[in-house]
Amino acid sequence: MTESVRITGLHKSFGDLEVLKGIDLVVDTHQVVCLIGASGSGKSTLLRCINLLEPIDAGTIEIDGVAITSGSVDVNAVRRRIGIVFQAFNLFPHMTILRNVALAPEKVLGRSHREAEAQARELLERFGLGDKAEDYPDRLSGGQQQRVAIVRALAMQPDILLLDEVTSALDPVLVAEVLDAIRELADAGMTMVVATHEMGFARDVANDVAFLHEGRILEEGPPDRIFREPQDPETKRFLDRIIAAGRMEGLDVSGGS
Amino acid sequence: MVGGGGPSPDVSSPRGGPGDPRVPRPGGDPRSRILGGRDRSARNVWIAVASTVIFFGVAAIVIVRSPGWPELKASFFDPAEFRYSLPKILSKFVRNVAIFCIAEVFVLLLALLLAVMRSLVGPVFTPLRILSAAYTDVFRGMPTILVIFLLGYGMPSLNLQGIPDSEFFWAIVALVLVYSAYVAEVYRAGIQAVHPSQVAAARSLGLSRWQSMRHVVLPQAVRSVIPPLLNDFIGLQKDSALVAFLGIIEAFQQATIIQQSDFNFTPFVALALVYIVITIPQARAVDRLIARDQRRRQAAAM
Repeated sequence: MTESVRITGLHKSFGDLEVLKGIDLVVDTHQVVCLIGASGSGKSTLLRCINLLEPIDAGTIEIDGVAITSGSVDVNAVRRRIGIVFQAFNLFPHMTILRNVALAPEKVLGRSHREAEAQARELLERFGLGDKAEDYPDRLSGGQQQRVAIVRALAMQPDILLLDEVTSALDPVLVAEVLDAIRELADAGMTMVVATHEMGFARDVANDVAFLHEGRILEEGPPDRIFREPQDPETKRFLDRIIAAGRMEGLDVSGGS
Repeated sequence: MVGGGGPSPDVSSPRGGPGDPRVPRPGGDPRSRILGGRDRSARNVWIAVASTVIFFGVAAIVIVRSPGWPELKASFFDPAEFRYSLPKILSKFVRNVAIFCIAEVFVLLLALLLAVMRSLVGPVFTPLRILSAAYTDVFRGMPTILVIFLLGYGMPSLNLQGIPDSEFFWAIVALVLVYSAYVAEVYRAGIQAVHPSQVAAARSLGLSRWQSMRHVVLPQAVRSVIPPLLNDFIGLQKDSALVAFLGIIEAFQQATIIQQSDFNFTPFVALALVYIVITIPQARAVDRLIARDQRRRQAAAM
């Protein structure tokens, strides 16, 4: 198994606030790593750093063995290979769904207009959005918008996909359709780093779960171990709170996969 | 005083949104809560009509019965003078139309360039940002008439080879320079109003800074500033009268010529009417655009 992402000693501060205090994380190709932890624990910042949306203060991030955090790297070229999907969808409201998806392949990869739109239609079809191609984003439900955002990231054929709490802004009834889409990607072998509050989903899909607390990864391992026998007291406390909040149905009952 | 617009929202609002009665209407009539039920709209129409008639009726009577009215009427509202001057003024107004139409095209382009320059991020672009900021400060700080004088008299007298020496040309340049400063600020506000997450989304897809600006930020920014942009254009159209001070025979100059030969101010009233007639449709268009934006925003928030 080859390494896709290797993060070493990553530090990141916003002003006086140190958000990431030395993160080490390895993601192998075709693996799904889920980041769990309370809001503010640094999950989103970590993902944004991997995509170079935030400059880092110390440490290195390597993609396929190449350090992308050195100054000489072509930022646009790196981002082309790393897709990210945001909590708030961030679709372009002035473009149709089709244009949302086809824009980057056309402008960045230099595909022809027709080629880019054909590929976009194909992807939209695959995620059950074929009939929405000509609509504008505000006509779609949150779940549909988020699936479009996933499709838009996939249209760039990234090697790695980062998902930043992609279901947190959705009505509970719409969460499933988005999670199903992500499951399908995991089955297809997409390398993913997923920040999520959906513990049931993390348990089902992740190869590895990393628990973040106040800017550090306190515990990391296969989901069965993390969820059944958490070692760190903070992890235990976090999972207890999640269970109390009813956000982890089925986890104890079904007893893992 | 032309604002008969006061009562008119009252007339239309009960029909405006039967579909969304829960949407609070800004400036909505507080009486509407007291006057419940179906006859509310009928009563409101009656009140609006009555108050309008009474208000303007009283105003008209006061003016017409004032002691100086007959004299004022003769020198400002002379029908014969009006019929005589209007065609002449209109024939020269064509020049004003040419001036502001040409100016508007260049204002749109120059202002966009200035706004984009000002919005560039990164230390490399500091000189461009300074340039753009200085430009805006200078040309927004000077009265339009001064810029027109300085360019209109100054540039032709330089006798430089290759640059036009017509006042007409320099008058347009002056209007473009001044109004670009205003419109650039309008554009810049629009650019800043586009949420940073849109740029993050574009950049995360591998689009360069410029591509993000071109395909994601600017289209949204321009759309959102069309109403204030049109407002500035109405200002520009009216300021086209200022070029008269360079001796260009346009509508205002024409009106002045007639006034001075006939000792009658009616030509100015005629010209005022011409301006009002061309700007009112634009003002209504702005209102309609703003209303449409508001509806859209409300729909999106639900």
